[in-house]
Amino acid sequence: MTEQDPMPTNRPGGLFARLARARPTKPGEIYGIPGQGNTLWLSVASIALFFFIWWLVTFMGWVKPLFIPSPMAIVTKFASVWNTGFTGTPFLGHVWISTARVFGAFLLACAIGLPLGLAMGMSPIMRGIFDPPIEFYRPIPPLAYLPLMIIWFGIGEPSKVLLIFLSVFAPVVLGARSGVKSAGIEQIHAAYSFGATRWQVMRFVIMPSAMPEILTAMRIGIGFGWTTLVAAEMVASTKGLGYMVLSASQFLQTPVVIMGIFVIAVIAFAFDLLMRFVEHHVVPWKGRM
Amino acid sequence: MGLSIEDVTVVFPAADRRPPVAALSRINLKVEDAEFVVALGASGCGKSTLLNLIAGFLSPTSGKLVLDGRQVSGPGADRAVVFQKHALLPWLNVVDNVAFSLQIQGIGKAQRYATANRFLGMLGLEGFQTAPVYTLSGGMQQRVGIARALTCDPRLLLMDEPLAALDALTREKAQELILNVWNDTHKSVFFITHSVEEALFVGTQLVVMSPRPGRITHRFDLPFSRQFLSGMPARQVKASPEFIRLREDVLKIIFADEGAAP
Repeated sequence: MTEQDPMPTNRPGGLFARLARARPTKPGEIYGIPGQGNTLWLSVASIALFFFIWWLVTFMGWVKPLFIPSPMAIVTKFASVWNTGFTGTPFLGHVWISTARVFGAFLLACAIGLPLGLAMGMSPIMRGIFDPPIEFYRPIPPLAYLPLMIIWFGIGEPSKVLLIFLSVFAPVVLGARSGVKSAGIEQIHAAYSFGATRWQVMRFVIMPSAMPEILTAMRIGIGFGWTTLVAAEMVASTKGLGYMVLSASQFLQTPVVIMGIFVIAVIAFAFDLLMRFVEHHVVPWKGRM
Repeated sequence: MGLSIEDVTVVFPAADRRPPVAALSRINLKVEDAEFVVALGASGCGKSTLLNLIAGFLSPTSGKLVLDGRQVSGPGADRAVVFQKHALLPWLNVVDNVAFSLQIQGIGKAQRYATANRFLGMLGLEGFQTAPVYTLSGGMQQRVGIARALTCDPRLLLMDEPLAALDALTREKAQELILNVWNDTHKSVFFITHSVEEALFVGTQLVVMSPRPGRITHRFDLPFSRQFLSGMPARQVKASPEFIRLREDVLKIIFADEGAAP
């Protein structure tokens, strides 16, 4: 310790050694929690920087607008598509048909997948029967079985919805199935010791305690649904956000492509926010007991 | 009447190339009406296996369990269990947790809440009816667990180390509370604990168990809970020469078992 050094350290080391060293936390935080801290301002800065670089690159003319149109061009394009539509369909028509496809497939996947997943968690017979087919198709990319869907179900609406359905179905089933395991054995034993039947244990203990995993699975599932949308709208579509992006790319209308991507992202993100809100209100006890 | 365990043996089958384990060997035990039986022993002595048998979660390899003249053949509302922790349902608030057993029996909401509130009052939980259970302290959660088991109005209350997760001060308070509730409700209790002092203080009968194979090696009749209920302060009961002498005797037995462990 010397008088010139107001913040003495009792350990030597270079810059990297000092950065790698653990420091005490501020009061109110817990020492040693990985990744703790608020990220809001960094995230805002990161987004601002992204748009700034985008704007800079286009404003300075470093990249041709064909490859990266300026942010303003996207906004202008959005306004014009909003007003006059794209390939004869109003903008909201595209949004509506895609949303209907994704949510229709999602609701269908939940209606079938959640009971099936719960049944697979509860019964070795159901698990034995349905585990092999689900585990077989789950890792296959939807694009790989898209041709088969078209051969079997034609180029109409069913094959599109079915393709999205399949991509949502597997995560929903697996989530519900593993959610069955989240009830504590003491909770189950307690219910039985109060005279509950197997059905009552299922209804009052196992299903409520599976809710956090089910909601997470639904969030992951709808994410897969939006991912698969563009693939589903690749063939013989005349409407939809995926169709809009693909057909715009064929006409080198890059602003529409980027705009479509943003619209899909915004809708998917809005739904994710909604699911988080639901999660917060349906399972406020998640991780707290 | 009461519970009678007759010559019960439990053998867990061989697994992972290990030989079969005799978890319990020829257990004989009676829990009379309004009696408070405490099982104590080194880990692996089969205390929890015995509780699982009484609860009906496990069937004996040989021997039988008879409750009020009827053989135990599965779990039922006449034997409610209080667990060490994590057995409350966090999606229900306090009163719904306590009324849970009545909900299972299909009893209407008004009557359910009336009964639940009576036991919440008995355990000093008035005013917490609508609180989420995960906001309560460990001691209060455990009281909710006890109230929940009492609401079920069982013949026999089974307690599986119910106070083990509590800090020392809360634990002593909870022991006194359990004794007062027992005195008010006249339930038969089968209580498992690791703590010798707790066992001596709350029980009317103590069974000391030993491992390999799990069996009852000693039985003591205990006067201390009645001393407390007749007005003697808990600390004074626990400081009496009788209590200390018995505590040392039991500790000696248990340490001998622990020392004999391979």
